[in-house]
Amino acid sequence: MIEAAHPNARSRPIDQHLFTWPANDPALLGSRCRVCHQYAFPANPSCRYCGKLDVETVELPRRGRLWTWTIQRFMPKTPYRSAETEATFVPFGVGYVELPGALRVETRLTENDPRRLRIGAEMALIIYTHRVDEDGTAVVNYAFRPL
Amino acid sequence: MRAAIVGVGIHPFGRAPGKSGMQLGAHAARLALQDAGVEWKDMQFGCGGSYSSGNADALGNELGLTGVAFTNILNACATGGSSLLAACREIQSGSAQLGLVVGFDKHDRGAFNADPSEYGLGPWYGEAGLMLTTQFFGMKLQKYMHDYGITVDTLARVAEKAYQNGALNPNAWRRTPIAFEQIKDSAMVNDPLTKYMFCSPSEGGVALVVCREDIAHRFTHKPVFVSAAAMRTRLAGAFEVYGTSVGLGHIPNATELASRAAYEIAGLGPKDIDIVQLQDTEAGAEVMHMAESGLCAHGEQERMLRQGETRIGGRLPINTDGGCLANGEPIGASGLRQIHEIVLQLRGAAGDRQVPGSPRTGYTHVYGAPGISAVTILQT
Repeated sequence: MIEAAHPNARSRPIDQHLFTWPANDPALLGSRCRVCHQYAFPANPSCRYCGKLDVETVELPRRGRLWTWTIQRFMPKTPYRSAETEATFVPFGVGYVELPGALRVETRLTENDPRRLRIGAEMALIIYTHRVDEDGTAVVNYAFRPL
Repeated sequence: MRAAIVGVGIHPFGRAPGKSGMQLGAHAARLALQDAGVEWKDMQFGCGGSYSSGNADALGNELGLTGVAFTNILNACATGGSSLLAACREIQSGSAQLGLVVGFDKHDRGAFNADPSEYGLGPWYGEAGLMLTTQFFGMKLQKYMHDYGITVDTLARVAEKAYQNGALNPNAWRRTPIAFEQIKDSAMVNDPLTKYMFCSPSEGGVALVVCREDIAHRFTHKPVFVSAAAMRTRLAGAFEVYGTSVGLGHIPNATELASRAAYEIAGLGPKDIDIVQLQDTEAGAEVMHMAESGLCAHGEQERMLRQGETRIGGRLPINTDGGCLANGEPIGASGLRQIHEIVLQLRGAAGDRQVPGSPRTGYTHVYGAPGISAVTILQT
Protein backbone atom coordinates (compact mmCIF):
# COMPACT_ATOMS: atom_id res chain seq x y z
CA MET A 1 0.00 0.00 0.00
CA ILE A 2 1.35 3.41 -0.99
CA GLU A 3 1.22 5.97 1.84
CA ALA A 4 0.96 9.75 1.66
CA ALA A 5 4.27 11.66 1.98
CA HIS A 6 4.66 14.10 4.87
CA PRO A 7 4.92 17.74 3.76
CA ASN A 8 7.54 18.52 6.43
CA ALA A 9 9.97 15.79 5.37
CA ARG A 10 12.91 16.69 3.12
CA SER A 11 11.35 16.26 -0.26
CA ARG A 12 11.02 17.71 -3.72
CA PRO A 13 8.26 17.19 -6.29
CA ILE A 14 9.01 15.07 -9.36
CA ASP A 15 8.15 18.24 -11.33
CA GLN A 16 7.79 21.79 -9.96
CA HIS A 17 4.57 22.54 -11.83
CA LEU A 18 2.38 19.47 -11.31
CA PHE A 19 0.94 20.08 -7.83
CA THR A 20 1.19 22.39 -4.83
CA TRP A 21 4.00 21.20 -2.54
CA PRO A 22 4.84 21.30 0.27
CA ALA A 23 1.22 21.69 1.34
CA ASN A 24 -1.03 20.23 4.01
CA ASP A 25 -3.85 19.84 1.49
CA PRO A 26 -2.06 19.57 -1.88
CA ALA A 27 -3.84 19.99 -5.22
CA LEU A 28 -2.97 19.25 -8.83
CA LEU A 29 -2.25 22.35 -10.90
CA GLY A 30 -3.94 22.66 -14.26
CA SER A 31 -4.60 25.49 -16.63
CA ARG A 32 -7.90 26.97 -17.69
CA CYS A 33 -8.38 29.02 -20.82
CA ARG A 34 -9.92 32.42 -20.17
CA VAL A 35 -11.27 32.45 -23.73
CA CYS A 36 -12.86 29.01 -24.23
CA HIS A 37 -12.82 27.88 -20.56
CA GLN A 38 -11.28 24.46 -21.31
CA TYR A 39 -8.93 22.81 -18.81
CA ALA A 40 -5.57 21.12 -19.29
CA PHE A 41 -3.29 19.08 -17.03
CA PRO A 42 -0.45 19.74 -16.50
CA ALA A 43 -0.82 23.51 -16.83
CA ASN A 44 0.08 24.62 -20.33
CA PRO A 45 1.12 28.14 -21.39
CA SER A 46 -1.43 28.08 -24.20
CA CYS A 47 -4.83 26.47 -24.77
CA ARG A 48 -4.87 23.22 -26.74
CA TYR A 49 -8.45 23.77 -27.78
CA CYS A 50 -8.24 27.31 -29.19
CA GLY A 51 -4.50 28.04 -29.28
CA LYS A 52 -4.85 31.29 -27.35
CA LEU A 53 -2.22 32.34 -24.78
CA ASP A 54 -4.73 33.75 -22.32
CA VAL A 55 -4.67 30.93 -19.74
CA GLU A 56 -4.57 30.88 -15.93
CA THR A 57 -3.13 28.26 -13.59
CA VAL A 58 -5.77 26.76 -11.31
CA GLU A 59 -5.96 24.16 -8.54
CA LEU A 60 -7.91 21.14 -9.77
CA PRO A 61 -10.54 19.30 -7.68
CA ARG A 62 -8.94 16.91 -5.16
CA ARG A 63 -11.57 14.22 -5.58
CA GLY A 64 -13.09 12.51 -8.58
CA ARG A 65 -14.25 9.19 -10.01
CA LEU A 66 -12.20 6.44 -11.62
CA TRP A 67 -12.81 6.63 -15.38
CA THR A 68 -10.58 3.74 -16.42
CA TRP A 69 -7.55 1.83 -15.16
CA THR A 70 -4.93 -0.85 -15.82
CA ILE A 71 -2.14 -2.49 -13.85
CA GLN A 72 1.47 -2.07 -15.01
CA ARG A 73 2.74 -5.59 -14.43
CA PHE A 74 6.22 -5.44 -15.97
CA MET A 75 8.94 -3.03 -14.92
CA PRO A 76 9.14 -0.18 -17.45
CA LYS A 77 12.48 0.49 -19.14
CA THR A 78 14.12 3.92 -18.80
CA PRO A 79 12.94 6.72 -18.72
CA TYR A 80 11.21 5.07 -15.68
CA ARG A 81 13.14 6.08 -12.55
CA SER A 82 12.60 4.34 -9.26
CA ALA A 83 14.75 2.58 -6.68
CA GLU A 84 13.39 -0.78 -7.85
CA THR A 85 15.12 -3.61 -9.65
CA GLU A 86 13.50 -6.33 -11.77
CA ALA A 87 13.53 -8.46 -8.60
CA THR A 88 11.92 -5.88 -6.33
CA PHE A 89 9.52 -4.29 -8.84
CA VAL A 90 5.98 -4.02 -7.53
CA PRO A 91 3.22 -3.74 -10.18
CA PHE A 92 1.38 -0.45 -9.98
CA GLY A 93 -2.03 0.82 -10.99
CA VAL A 94 -2.49 3.54 -13.62
CA GLY A 95 -5.76 5.21 -14.50
CA TYR A 96 -7.69 8.29 -15.42
CA VAL A 97 -9.71 10.06 -12.75
CA GLU A 98 -12.57 12.31 -13.80
CA LEU A 99 -12.44 15.56 -11.83
CA PRO A 100 -15.95 17.05 -11.83
CA GLY A 101 -16.45 20.09 -14.04
CA ALA A 102 -12.81 20.07 -15.16
CA LEU A 103 -11.26 17.11 -16.98
CA ARG A 104 -9.92 13.55 -16.62
CA VAL A 105 -6.31 13.28 -15.48
CA GLU A 106 -3.91 10.42 -16.07
CA THR A 107 -2.46 9.23 -12.78
CA ARG A 108 -0.76 6.48 -10.89
CA LEU A 109 -3.08 4.68 -8.50
CA THR A 110 -2.15 3.63 -4.98
CA GLU A 111 -3.95 0.35 -5.58
CA ASN A 112 -2.58 -2.51 -7.71
CA ASP A 113 -5.25 -5.10 -6.96
CA PRO A 114 -7.87 -5.24 -9.76
CA ARG A 115 -10.45 -6.44 -7.23
CA ARG A 116 -10.24 -3.09 -5.47
CA LEU A 117 -10.52 -0.95 -8.61
CA ARG A 118 -13.91 -0.20 -10.10
CA ILE A 119 -14.82 2.26 -12.85
CA GLY A 120 -16.97 4.98 -11.26
CA ALA A 121 -15.47 4.55 -7.77
CA GLU A 122 -14.67 7.68 -5.74
CA MET A 123 -10.97 8.58 -5.65
CA ALA A 124 -8.87 11.16 -3.80
CA LEU A 125 -5.51 12.76 -4.53
CA ILE A 126 -2.44 11.91 -2.47
CA ILE A 127 1.22 12.86 -2.78
CA TYR A 128 3.49 9.84 -2.26
CA THR A 129 7.24 9.20 -2.19
CA HIS A 130 8.15 7.89 -5.63
CA ARG A 131 11.84 7.33 -4.88
CA VAL A 132 14.56 8.60 -2.56
CA ASP A 133 17.57 10.26 -4.17
CA GLU A 134 21.15 9.48 -3.08
CA ASP A 135 21.29 12.58 -0.88
CA GLY A 136 18.25 11.37 1.04
CA THR A 137 15.73 13.71 -0.61
CA ALA A 138 12.35 12.11 -1.21
CA VAL A 139 11.09 12.66 -4.76
CA VAL A 140 7.31 12.94 -4.44
CA ASN A 141 4.69 12.35 -7.12
CA TYR A 142 0.90 12.47 -7.24
CA ALA A 143 -1.46 9.49 -7.25
CA PHE A 144 -5.12 8.77 -6.57
CA ARG A 145 -6.43 6.34 -3.96
CA PRO A 146 -9.85 4.71 -3.72
CA LEU A 147 -11.97 6.17 -0.92
CA MET B 1 -6.90 10.87 -61.20
CA ARG B 2 -6.11 8.09 -58.73
CA ALA B 3 -2.81 6.38 -58.08
CA ALA B 4 -2.52 2.67 -58.83
CA ILE B 5 -0.39 0.06 -57.08
CA VAL B 6 1.26 -2.05 -59.77
CA GLY B 7 4.02 -3.80 -57.85
CA VAL B 8 4.42 -5.11 -54.29
CA GLY B 9 7.31 -6.67 -52.41
CA ILE B 10 7.90 -7.80 -48.83
CA HIS B 11 10.74 -9.11 -46.73
CA PRO B 12 9.29 -11.65 -44.27
CA PHE B 13 8.55 -10.14 -40.85
CA GLY B 14 10.06 -11.37 -37.59
CA ARG B 15 13.76 -11.57 -36.88
CA ALA B 16 16.35 -11.32 -39.65
CA PRO B 17 19.72 -11.86 -37.96
CA GLY B 18 22.70 -10.53 -39.87
CA LYS B 19 20.61 -8.17 -42.01
CA SER B 20 20.22 -4.46 -41.40
CA GLY B 21 16.80 -2.82 -41.48
CA MET B 22 17.93 -1.03 -44.62
CA GLN B 23 18.67 -4.36 -46.32
CA LEU B 24 15.16 -5.57 -45.49
CA GLY B 25 13.84 -2.45 -47.25
CA ALA B 26 16.11 -3.01 -50.25
CA HIS B 27 14.97 -6.63 -50.51
CA ALA B 28 11.32 -5.54 -50.55
CA ALA B 29 12.06 -2.78 -53.08
CA ARG B 30 13.73 -5.20 -55.50
CA LEU B 31 10.74 -7.55 -55.31
CA ALA B 32 8.25 -4.72 -55.86
CA LEU B 33 10.18 -3.45 -58.90
CA GLN B 34 10.36 -6.99 -60.29
CA ASP B 35 6.63 -7.47 -59.67
CA ALA B 36 5.87 -4.36 -61.75
CA GLY B 37 8.44 -5.26 -64.40
CA VAL B 38 10.35 -2.00 -63.94
CA GLU B 39 13.78 -0.96 -62.75
CA TRP B 40 14.92 1.34 -59.95
CA LYS B 41 16.33 3.79 -62.51
CA ASP B 42 12.80 4.12 -63.99
CA MET B 43 11.48 5.61 -60.74
CA GLN B 44 10.64 9.31 -61.05
CA PHE B 45 10.28 9.68 -57.28
CA GLY B 46 10.57 7.69 -54.09
CA CYS B 47 9.36 8.14 -50.53
CA GLY B 48 9.29 6.18 -47.31
CA GLY B 49 10.78 5.81 -43.88
CA SER B 50 11.85 3.86 -40.86
CA TYR B 51 11.78 4.62 -37.13
CA SER B 52 14.92 2.79 -35.97
CA SER B 53 16.86 1.86 -39.12
CA GLY B 54 17.92 5.12 -40.70
CA ASN B 55 16.82 7.38 -43.53
CA ALA B 56 15.01 5.57 -46.31
CA ASP B 57 16.84 7.55 -49.01
CA ALA B 58 20.02 5.70 -48.01
CA LEU B 59 18.45 2.72 -49.83
CA GLY B 60 20.14 4.30 -52.84
CA ASN B 61 23.37 2.81 -51.50
CA GLU B 62 21.82 -0.63 -52.00
CA LEU B 63 19.72 -0.07 -55.11
CA GLY B 64 21.91 2.45 -56.95
CA LEU B 65 22.30 6.22 -56.71
CA THR B 66 20.21 7.47 -59.61
CA GLY B 67 19.55 11.08 -58.65
CA VAL B 68 15.89 10.24 -57.96
CA ALA B 69 13.78 12.75 -55.96
CA PHE B 70 13.46 10.78 -52.73
CA THR B 71 11.69 12.12 -49.64
CA ASN B 72 12.16 10.63 -46.17
CA ILE B 73 8.90 10.33 -44.28
CA LEU B 74 8.63 9.62 -40.57
CA ASN B 75 5.21 9.78 -38.99
CA ALA B 76 5.17 7.23 -36.17
CA CYS B 77 2.91 4.22 -36.87
CA ALA B 78 1.39 6.17 -39.77
CA THR B 79 4.74 6.28 -41.61
CA GLY B 80 3.58 3.81 -44.27
CA GLY B 81 0.18 5.43 -44.70
CA SER B 82 1.74 8.88 -44.86
CA SER B 83 4.24 7.64 -47.45
CA LEU B 84 1.50 6.28 -49.68
CA LEU B 85 -0.45 9.51 -49.22
CA ALA B 86 2.61 11.52 -50.32
CA ALA B 87 3.03 9.26 -53.35
CA CYS B 88 -0.63 9.70 -54.30
CA ARG B 89 -0.25 13.48 -54.15
CA GLU B 90 2.89 13.34 -56.27
CA ILE B 91 0.95 11.46 -58.91
CA GLN B 92 -2.27 13.47 -58.60
CA SER B 93 -0.33 16.72 -58.96
CA GLY B 94 0.94 15.53 -62.32
CA SER B 95 4.57 16.01 -61.35
CA ALA B 96 5.38 12.32 -61.72
CA GLN B 97 3.85 9.16 -63.15
CA LEU B 98 5.80 6.33 -61.53
CA GLY B 99 7.48 5.94 -58.15
CA LEU B 100 8.40 3.71 -55.24
CA VAL B 101 7.04 3.72 -51.68
CA VAL B 102 9.10 1.82 -49.10
CA GLY B 103 9.12 1.19 -45.36
CA PHE B 104 11.35 -0.95 -43.19
CA ASP B 105 12.48 -1.33 -39.59
CA LYS B 106 14.41 -3.39 -37.09
CA HIS B 107 13.63 -2.87 -33.39
CA ASP B 108 15.04 -4.13 -30.13
CA ARG B 109 13.07 -6.68 -28.13
CA GLY B 110 10.48 -5.63 -25.57
CA ALA B 111 8.19 -2.62 -25.31
CA PHE B 112 9.27 0.62 -26.96
CA ASN B 113 10.87 3.12 -24.57
CA ALA B 114 9.99 6.50 -26.01
CA ASP B 115 11.49 9.81 -24.83
CA PRO B 116 8.84 12.09 -23.28
CA SER B 117 10.54 15.23 -24.62
CA GLU B 118 9.88 14.09 -28.20
CA TYR B 119 6.18 14.31 -27.41
CA GLY B 120 6.27 17.66 -25.64
CA LEU B 121 6.04 15.99 -22.22
CA GLY B 122 8.18 16.70 -19.15
CA PRO B 123 10.70 14.14 -17.85
CA TRP B 124 8.38 13.45 -14.88
CA TYR B 125 6.00 11.54 -17.17
CA GLY B 126 8.64 8.95 -18.00
CA GLU B 127 10.13 8.87 -14.49
CA ALA B 128 6.69 8.17 -13.01
CA GLY B 129 6.26 5.11 -15.25
CA LEU B 130 3.57 6.47 -17.55
CA MET B 131 5.50 6.50 -20.86
CA LEU B 132 4.13 3.17 -22.06
CA THR B 133 1.82 2.62 -25.01
CA THR B 134 0.72 -0.68 -23.46
CA GLN B 135 -0.90 1.20 -20.55
CA PHE B 136 -2.98 3.24 -22.95
CA PHE B 137 -4.09 0.08 -24.74
CA GLY B 138 -5.13 -1.49 -21.44
CA MET B 139 -6.94 1.60 -20.19
CA LYS B 140 -8.79 2.34 -23.42
CA LEU B 141 -9.91 -1.27 -23.62
CA GLN B 142 -10.92 -1.49 -19.96
CA LYS B 143 -13.24 1.47 -20.46
CA TYR B 144 -14.56 0.09 -23.75
CA MET B 145 -15.34 -3.35 -22.31
CA HIS B 146 -17.11 -1.69 -19.39
CA ASP B 147 -19.21 0.54 -21.66
CA TYR B 148 -20.08 -1.94 -24.42
CA GLY B 149 -20.08 -5.36 -22.76
CA ILE B 150 -17.08 -6.80 -24.61
CA THR B 151 -15.73 -9.92 -22.87
CA VAL B 152 -12.24 -11.38 -22.47
CA ASP B 153 -13.40 -14.28 -24.68
CA THR B 154 -13.74 -11.84 -27.57
CA LEU B 155 -10.19 -10.60 -27.06
CA ALA B 156 -8.92 -14.19 -27.04
CA ARG B 157 -10.86 -14.93 -30.24
CA VAL B 158 -9.19 -12.01 -32.01
CA ALA B 159 -5.73 -13.26 -31.03
CA GLU B 160 -6.63 -16.87 -31.88
CA LYS B 161 -7.70 -15.75 -35.37
CA ALA B 162 -4.51 -13.71 -35.85
CA TYR B 163 -2.24 -16.68 -35.11
CA GLN B 164 -4.38 -18.98 -37.30
CA ASN B 165 -4.05 -16.53 -40.18
CA GLY B 166 -0.33 -16.10 -39.50
CA ALA B 167 0.10 -19.86 -39.85
CA LEU B 168 -1.23 -19.55 -43.42
CA ASN B 169 1.09 -16.65 -44.30
CA PRO B 170 4.67 -17.55 -45.34
CA ASN B 171 5.80 -13.97 -44.59
CA ALA B 172 4.44 -13.90 -41.02
CA TRP B 173 6.58 -14.08 -37.87
CA ARG B 174 4.24 -16.13 -35.63
CA ARG B 175 3.29 -19.13 -37.72
CA THR B 176 2.03 -21.49 -35.02
CA PRO B 177 -1.61 -21.33 -33.93
CA ILE B 178 -2.11 -20.65 -30.23
CA ALA B 179 -5.13 -22.17 -28.50
CA PHE B 180 -7.94 -19.96 -27.18
CA GLU B 181 -7.44 -21.11 -23.58
CA GLN B 182 -3.68 -20.59 -23.76
CA ILE B 183 -4.18 -17.01 -24.94
CA LYS B 184 -6.70 -16.33 -22.17
CA ASP B 185 -4.57 -17.93 -19.46
CA SER B 186 -1.19 -16.45 -20.45
CA ALA B 187 0.45 -13.93 -18.11
CA MET B 188 -1.41 -10.68 -17.54
CA VAL B 189 0.66 -7.76 -18.89
CA ASN B 190 -1.55 -4.66 -18.69
CA ASP B 191 -5.02 -5.61 -17.48
CA PRO B 192 -7.17 -6.84 -19.22
CA LEU B 193 -4.53 -7.80 -21.81
CA THR B 194 -2.47 -10.96 -21.54
CA LYS B 195 0.89 -11.76 -23.15
CA TYR B 196 -0.55 -13.43 -26.27
CA MET B 197 -2.99 -10.57 -26.83
CA PHE B 198 -0.08 -8.18 -27.53
CA CYS B 199 2.09 -7.79 -30.61
CA SER B 200 5.83 -7.17 -30.24
CA PRO B 201 8.24 -4.86 -32.03
CA SER B 202 9.84 -6.86 -34.89
CA GLU B 203 11.68 -6.51 -38.20
CA GLY B 204 10.58 -6.34 -41.82
CA GLY B 205 10.36 -4.37 -45.02
CA VAL B 206 7.64 -3.63 -47.60
CA ALA B 207 7.67 -1.70 -50.87
CA LEU B 208 5.07 -0.67 -53.46
CA VAL B 209 5.44 0.58 -57.02
CA VAL B 210 2.78 3.18 -57.73
CA CYS B 211 1.80 4.94 -60.94
CA ARG B 212 -0.84 7.07 -62.56
CA GLU B 213 -4.14 5.21 -62.90
CA ASP B 214 -4.33 5.53 -66.70
CA ILE B 215 -0.97 3.85 -67.35
CA ALA B 216 -1.36 1.04 -64.80
CA HIS B 217 -2.06 -1.61 -67.42
CA ARG B 218 1.42 -1.15 -68.87
CA PHE B 219 2.79 -2.79 -65.74
CA THR B 220 0.18 -5.31 -64.62
CA HIS B 221 -3.13 -6.77 -65.66
CA LYS B 222 -4.36 -6.50 -62.06
CA PRO B 223 -3.74 -2.98 -60.79
CA VAL B 224 -5.14 -1.96 -57.42
CA PHE B 225 -6.36 1.63 -57.24
CA VAL B 226 -5.96 3.91 -54.24
CA SER B 227 -9.47 5.33 -53.95
CA ALA B 228 -8.62 7.13 -50.72
CA ALA B 229 -5.63 7.81 -48.49
CA ALA B 230 -6.24 10.00 -45.46
CA MET B 231 -4.22 10.86 -42.38
CA ARG B 232 -5.31 12.71 -39.26
CA THR B 233 -3.77 13.71 -35.93
CA ARG B 234 -5.50 14.09 -32.56
CA LEU B 235 -8.00 16.69 -31.40
CA ALA B 236 -7.68 18.57 -28.11
CA GLY B 237 -9.20 16.53 -25.30
CA ALA B 238 -9.46 13.22 -27.21
CA PHE B 239 -8.43 9.99 -25.46
CA GLU B 240 -5.13 9.15 -27.19
CA VAL B 241 -1.69 7.68 -26.38
CA TYR B 242 0.45 9.60 -23.87
CA GLY B 243 -2.45 11.86 -22.94
CA THR B 244 -1.87 13.48 -19.55
CA SER B 245 -5.48 14.60 -19.59
CA VAL B 246 -8.68 13.86 -21.48
CA GLY B 247 -11.62 16.22 -21.97
CA LEU B 248 -15.09 15.54 -20.59
CA GLY B 249 -17.61 14.02 -22.99
CA HIS B 250 -16.71 12.12 -26.17
CA ILE B 251 -14.27 13.79 -28.53
CA PRO B 252 -13.64 11.84 -31.78
CA ASN B 253 -10.20 10.23 -31.92
CA ALA B 254 -7.68 10.25 -34.78
CA THR B 255 -8.96 6.90 -36.10
CA GLU B 256 -12.53 8.16 -36.33
CA LEU B 257 -11.39 11.33 -38.10
CA ALA B 258 -9.15 9.56 -40.63
CA SER B 259 -11.76 6.89 -41.32
CA ARG B 260 -14.52 9.42 -42.04
CA ALA B 261 -12.20 11.42 -44.28
CA ALA B 262 -11.25 8.30 -46.27
CA TYR B 263 -14.87 7.25 -46.86
CA GLU B 264 -15.68 10.76 -48.01
CA ILE B 265 -12.73 10.92 -50.44
CA ALA B 266 -13.60 7.49 -51.88
CA GLY B 267 -17.33 8.24 -52.04
CA LEU B 268 -17.90 4.93 -50.28
CA GLY B 269 -19.25 3.75 -46.94
CA PRO B 270 -18.43 0.91 -44.55
CA LYS B 271 -20.99 -1.36 -46.24
CA ASP B 272 -18.91 -1.26 -49.44
CA ILE B 273 -15.85 -2.77 -47.75
CA ASP B 274 -15.09 -6.46 -48.47
CA ILE B 275 -11.84 -7.01 -46.56
CA VAL B 276 -10.12 -5.11 -43.79
CA GLN B 277 -6.70 -4.54 -42.19
CA LEU B 278 -6.85 -2.85 -38.78
CA GLN B 279 -4.14 -1.79 -36.35
CA ASP B 280 -4.08 -4.67 -33.86
CA THR B 281 -1.12 -3.84 -31.65
CA GLU B 282 -3.22 -5.75 -29.14
CA ALA B 283 -6.39 -7.78 -29.50
CA GLY B 284 -8.64 -5.08 -28.05
CA ALA B 285 -7.39 -2.52 -30.57
CA GLU B 286 -8.81 -4.59 -33.41
CA VAL B 287 -12.16 -4.80 -31.60
CA MET B 288 -12.36 -1.05 -30.94
CA HIS B 289 -11.06 -0.06 -34.37
CA MET B 290 -13.82 -2.13 -36.01
CA ALA B 291 -16.43 0.22 -34.59
CA GLU B 292 -14.34 3.37 -34.89
CA SER B 293 -13.94 2.55 -38.58
CA GLY B 294 -17.72 2.35 -38.91
CA LEU B 295 -17.62 -1.36 -39.77
CA CYS B 296 -20.01 -2.28 -36.95
CA ALA B 297 -21.87 -0.75 -34.03
CA HIS B 298 -20.13 -0.43 -30.65
CA GLY B 299 -20.64 -3.73 -28.84
CA GLU B 300 -21.58 -5.71 -31.97
CA GLN B 301 -18.03 -7.14 -32.07
CA GLU B 302 -18.98 -9.60 -29.32
CA ARG B 303 -21.42 -11.40 -31.62
CA MET B 304 -19.30 -10.96 -34.77
CA LEU B 305 -16.26 -12.63 -33.23
CA ARG B 306 -18.36 -15.40 -31.68
CA GLN B 307 -19.87 -16.17 -35.08
CA GLY B 308 -16.52 -16.01 -36.88
CA GLU B 309 -17.60 -13.14 -39.15
CA THR B 310 -14.09 -11.67 -39.25
CA ARG B 311 -12.35 -14.94 -40.15
CA ILE B 312 -11.02 -15.57 -43.67
CA GLY B 313 -14.23 -17.34 -44.70
CA GLY B 314 -16.49 -14.90 -42.83
CA ARG B 315 -18.66 -11.98 -43.89
CA LEU B 316 -15.96 -9.33 -43.21
CA PRO B 317 -12.45 -10.84 -43.01
CA ILE B 318 -10.08 -8.77 -40.85
CA ASN B 319 -6.27 -9.01 -40.70
CA THR B 320 -6.07 -11.99 -43.05
CA ASP B 321 -2.26 -11.98 -42.94
CA GLY B 322 -2.25 -12.29 -39.14
CA GLY B 323 -2.02 -8.54 -38.52
CA CYS B 324 0.46 -7.03 -36.08
CA LEU B 325 -0.25 -9.87 -33.65
CA ALA B 326 1.29 -12.50 -35.96
CA ASN B 327 3.72 -10.21 -37.82
CA GLY B 328 4.98 -7.98 -35.04
CA GLU B 329 5.41 -4.29 -35.63
CA PRO B 330 8.39 -2.88 -37.52
CA ILE B 331 7.02 0.67 -37.38
CA GLY B 332 8.16 1.88 -40.79
CA ALA B 333 6.94 -1.25 -42.59
CA SER B 334 3.77 -2.07 -40.71
CA GLY B 335 1.28 0.16 -42.53
CA LEU B 336 2.63 -0.91 -45.91
CA ARG B 337 2.28 -4.58 -44.87
CA GLN B 338 -1.43 -3.98 -44.55
CA ILE B 339 -1.56 -2.52 -48.05
CA HIS B 340 0.59 -5.36 -49.40
CA GLU B 341 -1.92 -7.86 -48.01
CA ILE B 342 -4.94 -6.09 -49.46
CA VAL B 343 -3.25 -5.93 -52.90
CA LEU B 344 -2.61 -9.69 -52.82
CA GLN B 345 -6.19 -10.38 -51.73
CA LEU B 346 -7.69 -8.13 -54.43
CA ARG B 347 -5.46 -9.78 -57.03
CA GLY B 348 -6.68 -13.19 -55.85
CA ALA B 349 -3.04 -14.08 -55.15
CA ALA B 350 -3.08 -14.59 -51.37
CA GLY B 351 -2.52 -18.34 -51.54
CA ASP B 352 -3.74 -20.44 -48.61
CA ARG B 353 -5.28 -17.41 -46.93
CA GLN B 354 -7.13 -16.10 -50.01
CA VAL B 355 -10.55 -14.72 -49.12
CA PRO B 356 -13.19 -16.46 -51.25
CA GLY B 357 -15.63 -14.59 -53.51
CA SER B 358 -13.25 -12.19 -55.30
CA PRO B 359 -13.15 -9.24 -52.87
CA ARG B 360 -13.08 -5.89 -54.70
CA THR B 361 -12.71 -3.23 -52.00
CA GLY B 362 -10.26 -3.22 -49.11
CA TYR B 363 -9.72 -0.93 -46.11
CA THR B 364 -6.49 -0.39 -44.17
CA HIS B 365 -6.00 1.44 -40.88
CA VAL B 366 -3.04 2.28 -38.68
CA TYR B 367 -2.98 4.08 -35.36
CA GLY B 368 -0.05 5.25 -33.27
CA ALA B 369 1.36 7.59 -30.66
CA PRO B 370 0.59 10.27 -29.76
CA GLY B 371 -2.73 10.07 -31.61
CA ILE B 372 -2.20 9.70 -35.34
CA SER B 373 -4.07 7.55 -37.81
CA ALA B 374 -3.91 6.76 -41.53
CA VAL B 375 -6.63 5.02 -43.51
CA THR B 376 -6.63 3.85 -47.12
CA ILE B 377 -9.38 2.42 -49.31
CA LEU B 378 -8.14 0.23 -52.15
CA GLN B 379 -10.14 -1.10 -55.10
CA THR B 380 -9.70 -3.27 -58.17
